[in-house]
Amino acid sequence: MRYAMAVDTKKCVGCSDCVVACQTENNVPIGYCRDWIVEVTDGTYPQLEIEIRSERCNHCENAPCVRCCPTGASHYSDGGTVLVKKYHCIGCGACIASCPYDARFPHPDGYVDKCTFCLDNRVKKGMDPACVSVCPTKCMYFGDLDDPRSPVSQILKKRKYKTLIPEAGTKPHLYFLI
Amino acid sequence: MKTTRRQFIKVSSLYAGGVAMAGTGLKAASGLLNNLGGSTGGLSRTPTYCEICFWQCAGWVYKDDNGRIQKIIGNDDDPHCNGRLCPRGTGGVGMYHDEDRLKTPLIRRTVDGKQVFEEATWEEALDFIAEKMKTIAKEYGPECVVLFSHGSGGAHLGHMLKAFGSQSISAPSFAQCRGPREVAFLTTFGDIVYSPERTDIRDSRCLVFIGYHLGENMHNGQVQEMSDAIDKGATIITVDPRFSVAASKSKYWLPIKPATDLALLLSWIHVLIENGWYDKEYVEKYTFGFEQLREHVRQYTPEWAYGITTIDPNVIRRTAKEMYDASPAVIVHPGRHTTWYGDDTQRLRAVAILNAILGSWGRRGGFYFPERVQFPEYPTPPYPVPKRLPAEAYAGKYNLANEVVSNGICDATIPSVDSDCNFKVWLVNGTNLMLALPDQRKTLEAIQALELLVVIDTMPVEITGYADVVLPECTFLERYDMIRVSRHREPTLALRMPATEPKYHSKPGDWIARELGIRLGLEAYFPWKDMEEHLDWQLKQVGSSLEEMKRIGVKKFPRQYDDLYLHEGEDFFFNTNTGKIELYSTDMEEEGFPPLPVYTEHEQPPEGFYRLNYGRAPMHTFGRTANNPNLTDLMDENTLWVNPKVANLWGLENDQYIKLRNQDGIVSTFSIKVRITERIRWDSVYMVHGFGHDNKKLSRAHGRGINDTELITNVKTDPVMGGTGMRSNFVTFVFENKTVGKEAEA
Amino acid sequence: MREEIITSGRMNPMIDPQLHIWHWHIPLYLFLGGLAAGILFFAALYTILGKEKENPTAVKIAPFITPILLVVGLFALFLDLNHQAYFWRLYTTIRLESPMSWGAWTLMVVTPISFIWCALNIKEIFPRWEWKFKFLYDLDAFFRKHLITMSWILLIFSLILGMYTGILFSAFNARPLWNTSILGPLFLTSGLSTGAAAIILMSKSHEERLRFARIDIMLIGIEMFLIVHMFMGFLASTQVHIEAAGLFLGGPYTTPFWLFVFTLGLAFPAILEVLELRKFKVPYMIAPMLVLMGGLLFRFIIAYAGQASRWLY
Repeated sequence: MRYAMAVDTKKCVGCSDCVVACQTENNVPIGYCRDWIVEVTDGTYPQLEIEIRSERCNHCENAPCVRCCPTGASHYSDGGTVLVKKYHCIGCGACIASCPYDARFPHPDGYVDKCTFCLDNRVKKGMDPACVSVCPTKCMYFGDLDDPRSPVSQILKKRKYKTLIPEAGTKPHLYFLI
Repeated sequence: MKTTRRQFIKVSSLYAGGVAMAGTGLKAASGLLNNLGGSTGGLSRTPTYCEICFWQCAGWVYKDDNGRIQKIIGNDDDPHCNGRLCPRGTGGVGMYHDEDRLKTPLIRRTVDGKQVFEEATWEEALDFIAEKMKTIAKEYGPECVVLFSHGSGGAHLGHMLKAFGSQSISAPSFAQCRGPREVAFLTTFGDIVYSPERTDIRDSRCLVFIGYHLGENMHNGQVQEMSDAIDKGATIITVDPRFSVAASKSKYWLPIKPATDLALLLSWIHVLIENGWYDKEYVEKYTFGFEQLREHVRQYTPEWAYGITTIDPNVIRRTAKEMYDASPAVIVHPGRHTTWYGDDTQRLRAVAILNAILGSWGRRGGFYFPERVQFPEYPTPPYPVPKRLPAEAYAGKYNLANEVVSNGICDATIPSVDSDCNFKVWLVNGTNLMLALPDQRKTLEAIQALELLVVIDTMPVEITGYADVVLPECTFLERYDMIRVSRHREPTLALRMPATEPKYHSKPGDWIARELGIRLGLEAYFPWKDMEEHLDWQLKQVGSSLEEMKRIGVKKFPRQYDDLYLHEGEDFFFNTNTGKIELYSTDMEEEGFPPLPVYTEHEQPPEGFYRLNYGRAPMHTFGRTANNPNLTDLMDENTLWVNPKVANLWGLENDQYIKLRNQDGIVSTFSIKVRITERIRWDSVYMVHGFGHDNKKLSRAHGRGINDTELITNVKTDPVMGGTGMRSNFVTFVFENKTVGKEAEA
Repeated sequence: MREEIITSGRMNPMIDPQLHIWHWHIPLYLFLGGLAAGILFFAALYTILGKEKENPTAVKIAPFITPILLVVGLFALFLDLNHQAYFWRLYTTIRLESPMSWGAWTLMVVTPISFIWCALNIKEIFPRWEWKFKFLYDLDAFFRKHLITMSWILLIFSLILGMYTGILFSAFNARPLWNTSILGPLFLTSGLSTGAAAIILMSKSHEERLRFARIDIMLIGIEMFLIVHMFMGFLASTQVHIEAAGLFLGGPYTTPFWLFVFTLGLAFPAILEVLELRKFKVPYMIAPMLVLMGGLLFRFIIAYAGQASRWLY
């Protein structure tokens, strides 16, 4: 089982609902966020293109954060999700520095926090992650890459996609439909 | 009655130590909550519909184990949101948690020659208001009391006011927003567009947006359907001088020269007619004045339009063909905020005509016929007939306006020799008129002329600073309101009920209206025991009940008639003078306006100035969310979009803070952060509306960015319906060393 | 024009607008660790070579400051942790892939040895020192008996410690400036160089000072060579590496690095030491002071600049 998410940059309007839904679902304190929106504009007026991406932890198959963690707090969990055990984390910041996506941050309580794909609170109960479930444009797809019938497998079969910084060799599980 | 000049008061600058609150209200509230716990059977979720914007999506409020409101999730059965709220709805929890909320009633008093707000009990505040209203009504008639409202509290206060004898109820959502489109569609089709819009976007094959930045304005259902349409491969054509998000999703983006849209629309009509690209049967059967239209638009060739709009004539032809190919599943979207240049009704008439000749009105993928539940009012005595209707304030003008023109009311509040119809009392609920009405100097002048200004709101905003009495309303999460009766593809009802007790000393709108009504001697108009009984009675008339609605939140009803779309060859009577779709408007002709839209040229910016364009951000609703902790987290200030060429010319740098000065010499109070981007034309600048708040009590919003409204002093009034055209204002950059707002903190 | 911006206001403290998760603690710790490693390396080396007599400062005196350096360094490291109550988790697991874990365990080896080393040489400082308990005498005898074995352990672990201070950074692929394996040998060389400088400062023997000046010149030479190679590597690599090098080649770190680290911290002291060897009259304190200052600054600059180098945005 390999959980993955695909975000359709052609449909995303960058409304940030995913960001605030994550905050309320996961009690992320005000002033912090586990996901965010990036807007890339290319060209010269009036020949322009915009790509809008809802970004978060890539739940990499080859995760530098898991590798550099001195205590094993950062670990691979079910479906290849990368999680942090908060009472194993010493808050050294190595994983934060190791993430090419800047997806991790120090929680005000001291441990390192990041996107969990809502594994325990939603996915294991058969629901989509909060961001996916609220998205007004339905531009996000979630599921198991090993299951050919999952929404994410289906959409990746149909559409062209990319990952972020593939040259960093992290084998990310967050896909962007282009 | 003598009034002194109102100074702006920063809310609660004087606290009377230990205000003894009357216990009755609180007891009532807790009793209500006990009932609630029993009837929901221990469910951790309660139904509501959102109040962060006018879309009013229905959802569920979830509380955690400690009883703290944690999240709001959309109701799957609600056609407004289909189970998915927008960021503002999801972030609606912040409205409840905001610690800057108005907490207790405040009354303006003069202490040692200085005007201050003093904390008061509800009894004191309501007695004060009722006494004043009675005295003023005795002298000037009850019609001199106006309610400006943009929110659910309006229903309760409006009822109270009508019972009092005044029909003067207005919202800035007409003359500052949708007015021109409603009047244009009413004169053309005999029906308005409504909110939520009756646009059948999900089945449309071609969407045309004229300066309508769907996606940045988060009109939830429409954004969702646009996404569906993209999935189905619909062609999107966006006309906008700015590369909006919608433009970026479009097959065609027409980067039009600002203020020339009508030329493009007329030339599209020209191309469609000249090439026979219109629905001949539909036009023949349903429309009036096609021949006059054909004659009228003959002059408006794409080449003519090119000289005005800078849009390539071939692109005009190609996009017209795209529309025709998709017709009748095509929507030339009427937009929402349409008060731009003062000839807006005419522009929207052109939009309506385009839709008419493409045959999209009443067709799948075009405009459907929405239906609503016939929902009875709780029986109350008939309202007294007022001696004067609010429209008499601007008698002889704006006869085609189908709602009350707020700026007309505002203007009529300022005493003048030629009017005996001055308004003396403003009740302002859920709308910050200082940011909503353009030309602030005029608004201030009107406020100074008032004998009583009561502001009923959840947050201390600019208008509260000018109030005589401030009443803290509780948020939508803490109250019952009227049942939401939606007009949609399927008729639905939605319930809002309190998820928790009102925080601080705030009160629900219905309680405020009722208590004030009782003090005004209007008990007969409030015969219900409480809102639960009121709503239950109403719901039972349509075969539901409060108990059922608490369980399901949203109830769908079957349509009474199978008339979502026109049937093949169906005879249809349109509610116009001719009974047909009026391409040639007899209403406009009667009122002395051009019956067919005529292109008029608008001002362009002088040397060194740039057109001030403004718009929306998906995470904010005007200025009302600017202090919401969850939403400020997403966006806490607006930025000034500047084309790189302009930035180069002025030596502007990204993230630099500057001020703006408009054509009338008005300089912005605060500074704004520069964003250099190719997404904006070189002759305009752009900012999101709703920032630059000047009330220090808004700890997160104060001084963040610029308030565009203060720079909008050149108002082009639409002679047809009184709309305030706000897009003929030009600004230039002011460099000051003085730091203010967010910049100063950094 | 290409514009890439985060629009949803991600402003996570210590991440945005630019990573600054590590402040003064980490570079200070790396400097102190490198310095201690350098001193202990020379102490072990000359013990193994049997040249304690010729290098009294290096073998017997200088190591006395290493426990202090290590403890202060560890304390800085502890201060840097955000979840301090759980620091003991470091010692419930060994994670070979994590340089941080290595470092923690290496320090567990080196720090006790540094204390033992001081204990064995306590009479050099306090000639009349007597152990109060018998078992301490036994321990003393035990370590003296196995001095050479312990020296070998110390030699190896001090090299690991010196190397680790660089590898800690270079293991982060996410920060292109750090992501070069040269950083390991470079920090090791720098650590040895600062170690040599510290010995020079403490030494009272002219002979020993000259020997370490010679060693230091060689180490500085290697260091400068490695620095040049590091930048050659960056410039021949991917765009992000070229941009990382750009921080030092015209970017904000150009002056601090080339003037204060490279010129004043390496080239200039090397010249002074050459002059000293050529019998010119130069106050001997200046060169090692500059080397120490350069070494400290070098770590600060690498730590801060590395956090400014990135893949995205």
